[in-house]
Amino acid sequence: MKPVIEVKGVKTIFDTRIVHNGLNLTIHEGEIYGLLGPSGCGKTTLLREMVMLQKFNEGMISILGHNLNDIRTKDAQKLRREWGVLFQAGALFSSLSIKDNIALPLREYTDLNESIIEDIVKFKINLVGLKAEDAHLFPSQISGGMKKKAGLARALAMDPKLLFLDEPTSGLDPISAREFDALILKLRDMLGLTIVMVSHDLQSIYNTLDKVAIIDGKKIAYEGTLDEISGTDSEFVHTFFKENR
Amino acid sequence: MANSHLLITKLSEELFLKFSGSLTIYTLSTHQKEIDSLYINSSKITIDLKDLDFIDSGAAIFIENLRKKFKNAEVVILTNDDKIKSTLQLIEKYQTKTAEFIKEPSFLPLAKFGKAIHDYFMDFLSFMDFLGRLFVVKIYYIKNFKNIRYKEIAFEINESGVKALGIIALTSFLIGVVVAYQSAYQLKLYGANIFVVDMLGISMLRELAPLITAIVIAGRSGSAFTAQIGAMKITQELDAMSTMGFDPYIFLVLPRIIALMIVLPILIFVSDVLGIYGGMLVANIDLNISSQLFLDRFTEVVALKHFLIGIIKGPFFAFLIASIGIYRGLKVKDDTQSIGFNTTKSVVEAIFAVIVCDAVFSIAFTALGI
Repeated sequence: MKPVIEVKGVKTIFDTRIVHNGLNLTIHEGEIYGLLGPSGCGKTTLLREMVMLQKFNEGMISILGHNLNDIRTKDAQKLRREWGVLFQAGALFSSLSIKDNIALPLREYTDLNESIIEDIVKFKINLVGLKAEDAHLFPSQISGGMKKKAGLARALAMDPKLLFLDEPTSGLDPISAREFDALILKLRDMLGLTIVMVSHDLQSIYNTLDKVAIIDGKKIAYEGTLDEISGTDSEFVHTFFKENR
Repeated sequence: MANSHLLITKLSEELFLKFSGSLTIYTLSTHQKEIDSLYINSSKITIDLKDLDFIDSGAAIFIENLRKKFKNAEVVILTNDDKIKSTLQLIEKYQTKTAEFIKEPSFLPLAKFGKAIHDYFMDFLSFMDFLGRLFVVKIYYIKNFKNIRYKEIAFEINESGVKALGIIALTSFLIGVVVAYQSAYQLKLYGANIFVVDMLGISMLRELAPLITAIVIAGRSGSAFTAQIGAMKITQELDAMSTMGFDPYIFLVLPRIIALMIVLPILIFVSDVLGIYGGMLVANIDLNISSQLFLDRFTEVVALKHFLIGIIKGPFFAFLIASIGIYRGLKVKDDTQSIGFNTTKSVVEAIFAVIVCDAVFSIAFTALGI
């Protein structure tokens, strides 16, 4: 399997506070990869750095073969079409209905006609388990779980190779959360996605993740599969994985 | 609410504190006063919680603190209840862990002043950064006509132009009435009634109409831009746009700026018309100048340049209002308070910038003899 994302020696400083001090990790094709760690350790920051929303101070991140430090605007635009991002609260565009939210990238980036776009939108809506009857609703009219599903459908609109999920199950009731886990596994198998997610939901972690990276103490405390995690010398791993089991 | 009682028994060397009932944060303060008023020199203190049927965490902290306070004496806590025991243990476990809060460093007044100046300077730099990015995006935008977002521009023209017509018309009409009415009184004294046309024409076309329009639009559209973009930033819509490759500068910033630059001169024209009309009505009623006479005199004395100067200011004012409004919107942080803060700032700064710009124009045009 070839590496999709490589992070080497990333250092991030906020004002005077060091958030990351030399992070290294590699994410391979087809993996569901989790970024875990205590709150405030900079998981979401790392995710934001990967999707070019935030700059890092030192080191290198390479995504699908592009080095983010010296990426050209054109390549960056191309890269942005090859990934999908699901934000914590969905971040749907509030002025557009669900179906227009999903159709937006298709309308902007392709010259497909409306009827095909509508079919694609319908497919994506079914894929994530939304009802087609709800597609005309606006983000303010739907529940949190539906927003996440709609956000996921929008992230999948351009058939990305790479999917970034920021706490996909937070704020969902347990049943919806398990449904969401199943959905993520299904999508990986069906679409051959590589998925990177930040999560706090232990059940979801055990259900979905192939590999994890634990960020603790500004560094990667552990990278690998969940089975071998117990030997790790990290307070977070001890409390999170032992006390919760 | 259940009450608690404290029975204090003092023997020669020993002090008994017997709590009963349910000890909560609501009943704690009286006991604290009772205990504080005691003179304690006993070597053994027994805190008896056997008759207590409930303790909350606040009260448990109080008990824990008592134990620490009397560290010179031997303190015994008596309890049989498992729940109370576990509450006390929980407190003990987490109290030892908590370190002292870090105090916010306090600064001398001079340091505060320096910090404020530095903040203003950084604010200015980041506004320059915004303008620079805007310029780069604008070049990219002009290079390729396919990029121009006609739909968004049209939408913004409707939002901040067409829908503002009513309020602009009404305000300008009233300003025209007020200016004519005030000058009519003075002019009548000298029998110089007809000069109301010169006065109204030049002041309205050249200065008042552009300023009034800009101020109304700053209050109306400037604040709306800040609030819209600020809210989009909080809900991460801007982040979502960037990750999808839709540059917010192209999708949100430039359409608004271009729309306002197109629409403000038109609004100034409307303001001109209504202002003069208001003045004409007053001249007719108060000064007995017929509208025919008014218009004849108007074409005679008010040169076209005054009108053009007023209109030319429009795009400049529009650029200032829109860019300040949007810049403030982009500066909104992740909390709802900062929307209000930035909206206020955007309106104040936009109006200030418009007036400074107007002053610069005034000096420039006078120096050029226009």
